[in-house]
Amino acid sequence: MTVSEIFKTMDYGTAPESASEVNAWLDRHDRTFGLFIGGAFTKPGKACFDSVNPANGEVLASLTEATAKDVDAAVKAASKAQKGWAALGGAGRARHLYALARLIQKHARLFAVLESLDNGKPIRESRDADIPLAARHFYHHAGWAQLVESEMQGYEPIGVAGQVIPWNFPFLMLAWKIAPALAMGNAVVLKPAEYTSLTALLFAEICVEAGLTEGVVNIVTGHGPVGAMIAEHKDVAKVAFTGSTRVGRILREQTAGTGKKLTLELGGKSPFIVFDDADMDSAIEGIVDAIWFNQGQVCCAGSRLLVQENIAETFHDRLRLRMQSLRVGDPLDKSIDIGCVVDPVQHKQITAMVDQGVAEGATAFRGEASLPENGCYYPPTLLTGIEAGDTLAQEEIFGPVLVSMNFRTPAEAVQLANNSRYGLAASVWTENINLALGVAPQIKAGVIWVNCTNQFDAAAGFGGYRESGFGREGGREGLYEYVKPSYLKSLKDAAPAKPHALSEGGGEGIDRTAKMYVGGKQARPDSGYSAPVTNPKGKLISHVGLGNRKDIRNAVEAATAASGGWVKASGHNKAQILYFIGENLAARAEEFGARLSAMTGASVKSAAQEVDAAVNRLFTYAAWADKYDGQVHSVPVRGVTVAMKEPVGVMGIACPDEAPLLGFVSLVAPAIAMGNTVVAVPSPVHPLVATDLYQVLDTSDLPGGVVNIVTGDRDELSKTLADHYGVDGVWYHGSAEGSKMVEHAAAANLKRTWVNYGKAIDWLNPEQAEGQEYLRQATEVKNVWIPYGE
Amino acid sequence: MTVSSKDITQTADQLPVAPHPARFPRNPGIPLDLDWVSSVQANTSAVERRAGSLGARRSVKKDYQAAWLLRAITLMDLTTLNGDDTRGKVRRLCAKAKRPLRQDLVEALGVQDLNITTGAVCVYHDMIGTAVEALEGSGIPVAAVSTGFPDALSPFHLRVQEIEESVKAGAAEIDIVISRRHVLSGDWQALYDEMRAYREACGEAHVKAIISTGNLGSLRNVARASHVCMMAGADFIKTSTGKESVNATLPVSLTMVRTTREYEARTGYKIGFKPAGGISKAKDALVYMSLMKEERGNDWLEPDLFRFGASSLLGDIERQLEHFVTGRYSAAFRHGIS
Repeated sequence: MTVSEIFKTMDYGTAPESASEVNAWLDRHDRTFGLFIGGAFTKPGKACFDSVNPANGEVLASLTEATAKDVDAAVKAASKAQKGWAALGGAGRARHLYALARLIQKHARLFAVLESLDNGKPIRESRDADIPLAARHFYHHAGWAQLVESEMQGYEPIGVAGQVIPWNFPFLMLAWKIAPALAMGNAVVLKPAEYTSLTALLFAEICVEAGLTEGVVNIVTGHGPVGAMIAEHKDVAKVAFTGSTRVGRILREQTAGTGKKLTLELGGKSPFIVFDDADMDSAIEGIVDAIWFNQGQVCCAGSRLLVQENIAETFHDRLRLRMQSLRVGDPLDKSIDIGCVVDPVQHKQITAMVDQGVAEGATAFRGEASLPENGCYYPPTLLTGIEAGDTLAQEEIFGPVLVSMNFRTPAEAVQLANNSRYGLAASVWTENINLALGVAPQIKAGVIWVNCTNQFDAAAGFGGYRESGFGREGGREGLYEYVKPSYLKSLKDAAPAKPHALSEGGGEGIDRTAKMYVGGKQARPDSGYSAPVTNPKGKLISHVGLGNRKDIRNAVEAATAASGGWVKASGHNKAQILYFIGENLAARAEEFGARLSAMTGASVKSAAQEVDAAVNRLFTYAAWADKYDGQVHSVPVRGVTVAMKEPVGVMGIACPDEAPLLGFVSLVAPAIAMGNTVVAVPSPVHPLVATDLYQVLDTSDLPGGVVNIVTGDRDELSKTLADHYGVDGVWYHGSAEGSKMVEHAAAANLKRTWVNYGKAIDWLNPEQAEGQEYLRQATEVKNVWIPYGE
Repeated sequence: MTVSSKDITQTADQLPVAPHPARFPRNPGIPLDLDWVSSVQANTSAVERRAGSLGARRSVKKDYQAAWLLRAITLMDLTTLNGDDTRGKVRRLCAKAKRPLRQDLVEALGVQDLNITTGAVCVYHDMIGTAVEALEGSGIPVAAVSTGFPDALSPFHLRVQEIEESVKAGAAEIDIVISRRHVLSGDWQALYDEMRAYREACGEAHVKAIISTGNLGSLRNVARASHVCMMAGADFIKTSTGKESVNATLPVSLTMVRTTREYEARTGYKIGFKPAGGISKAKDALVYMSLMKEERGNDWLEPDLFRFGASSLLGDIERQLEHFVTGRYSAAFRHGIS
């Protein structure tokens, strides 16, 4: 077209970013890559696969499919390097991380163009979001490395981290994984996604340029099985995964009982809530950023639009109008909004899901803009006529497809928002600060964006609730995923405590019946059976109910019912109750001491010591109840990002045999201090101090259902708890096998677990048995982004 | 075009673009709707984010950029509003408005038949006669700032009279300035009544309402004032006088342009938009134009619905066009000054 013709049409034309530098880089590598192990590239392997440009189907490079031997070599290299890397100290590591950050910035455009070619995302996004955020992650964590000795006292590196990352933000996810791992003194073996490995290989080159200690970063390419090999490797002590919930679940099962630390950042179906007083045009632009960012291939994409009924029609009209001007096209064109999806496989899946939704009655709307003829392009799509129970309202589509539903009231908005197995993020649009800040804590999600969406920064944690996974990336909260408490290595195996054979009857005084405690009331076991409790010599002390699945079910129901009120109770109120429990326990110290002695054979002195320590521990968590504060993160927006600490929810706690009273108190007290409600399974061998305790709880104003006690077989009851979809977390102190069972079963809904792997805690030693690690395990960090300014 | 229908019939052949007289019906205004005004929201942070991403989302290069810059010239109210304006200065401005580009550049671009001129010339009342005379036969309308520009604190009857005098002197467009105090005190009725009176005084001349965004304190006020002015019959809403410390910005422009969309959705009338003050680079002009195209479509890339208020923008556009034609970076002294 001539200038004169363009003057009349006023089209944009194309503004392509040149790929010549990237092509030159690929050519320098003969478009063939080996693996990056021990600081150098290996020769390309026998088994290879292609990395393809989804915009045109052209092969960009041939990559190596790593073998088990390769993975072993990478883990060995990492293992070998890790000790020196840790010994280098925080300041030394900081310099390396700083160099990596600088080099990413120096090569920013090369990274950006390569990323867009390999992944199909618009150059605008890779240039303005992915790569700058990745560089920022390394800068930020260079800072944490500098501060690690003073800020992370009592923790040490884990060792070798195996990291498996997805194809939607290939380089950014690499940064999220590698930067904190290195900062905390670990070495890594990372597998990029098979569709998008190239920026990781470019990063490997940068590691060499930066003079990074050889073996600290290892990059192995390949398909899913390579990821499994890394996760299963015996010398990998930490597994970090970002990807689908299905694979996350498999990893949870695979790593169960191994003691490997695990973080999972999985799928989502995040709500985008628009209240009737919102700035509608801005909310619509928010939707563009929520679901049409990166073609909707974002785990935290705002894919479920919830609009207040009284504005829904206008809002949808305006949204449809906005969709008309979205431009889909060549990812390297600087004038497009939406590029292409990563691979024909994904395209097929999106198409199939949407077609099925439409077949089931949904109405699809698409703008009139045309798509390029070739390449993996999917048009931005709005689906209406969807209700909460429909497949497309529940399942993640992972494409540029928005489903919309209406709500009537804020309460209903929250209800719909939480009507999901996922809990990654949520976006809330209203000009009413009371409404926004009132709704944010009620939504089960790790990130809440108020009047904004898809905001990320290295200083703020990111990660999910529920089946969106566990662990946080970014912020101080993210550091704990790459360290372990220093005391762990000193723990010994717990001595197995077996019930003593009944050899002598009881019959002294009046028969006392230890019942279970459910919803603030004493409860008989559903089974109608009881089990004897004896002293070490086999003399019968009493009976306890033999709890079963149904007792757990009832207890979980009671804990769930109590949860709402207990979460809302102020920290001060919780503290008062915990102090009161301590006070009442102290008043009956002699009786509890005698009970301990009778059950365990402990001397009067050591029993008294345990009771006193239990009282003290109650006071400690009473003290913490209103002091385990959140943070305001320093992110680069005008606003505040508040990291709130929220309770995990309904928790199952299986208590240890050693220190039956103190162990019980040490676990239950921090849980309830943080606002959780608890179903506790006391030591099966020494359950009576726990059942005695419910009288103390009753007299201490603890609301019914906050603590429930079910006696019986620890592993059987723990299995039911770990299996239960309504239980959000399980702590387990028992055998190694039991620990494995709990972690394995927890995969069903990806509930949080914290188990002892059969090791004994010294419950009298505060370094192991109390403190912030317990509070951290009892809470989730929710980051609420609140931009402000008029 | 925002020229009156009388002018159009006289000069239709020479009009730079949009040869059809009055593409759209003029906004007659509607009764003041206070419920609507109070429901208007503008979230500053979110507006800033969108405004900030506009420049990154669209990019026009090469031939397209040249065509867009030519279009920018036709959307320009070439302006001089200074105490030291003289007849000579205004005549020079008008000459530039008629022939904004060096002839060799026009030919090299192959756009002789587009008859590129600026959209209008904008002056103070006393210079209207000179401008009308200088522009005679060119089809370029004369716009006059009015109503006690820039602070609008002269007696109300004089402000109305000023409009009438300016229209009589030949101004086809009147840029009025609202009383900011009505916005700041939330007296929407007073603002509406004032605007209504100005609109009536304009008669056939089109009226641009300068809401003086830099004085209004919040984007919400910007949006509400825009709505009230449209309800009272404004043909255009305009950001600034160019005399405030903060003039046109992308966030206030986005906010105002969005109000025109809502007004059209409710009433069916298309309202023009004019950012003024601070737009001096060709690149800025392109971002503003992509804002208009994205938010309102190609209709808002025509001078009857979009104008730049600018005095130095043209110089930068000339330099960019010469660079496009020759491949060499240009210098200011190679182009005639206005």
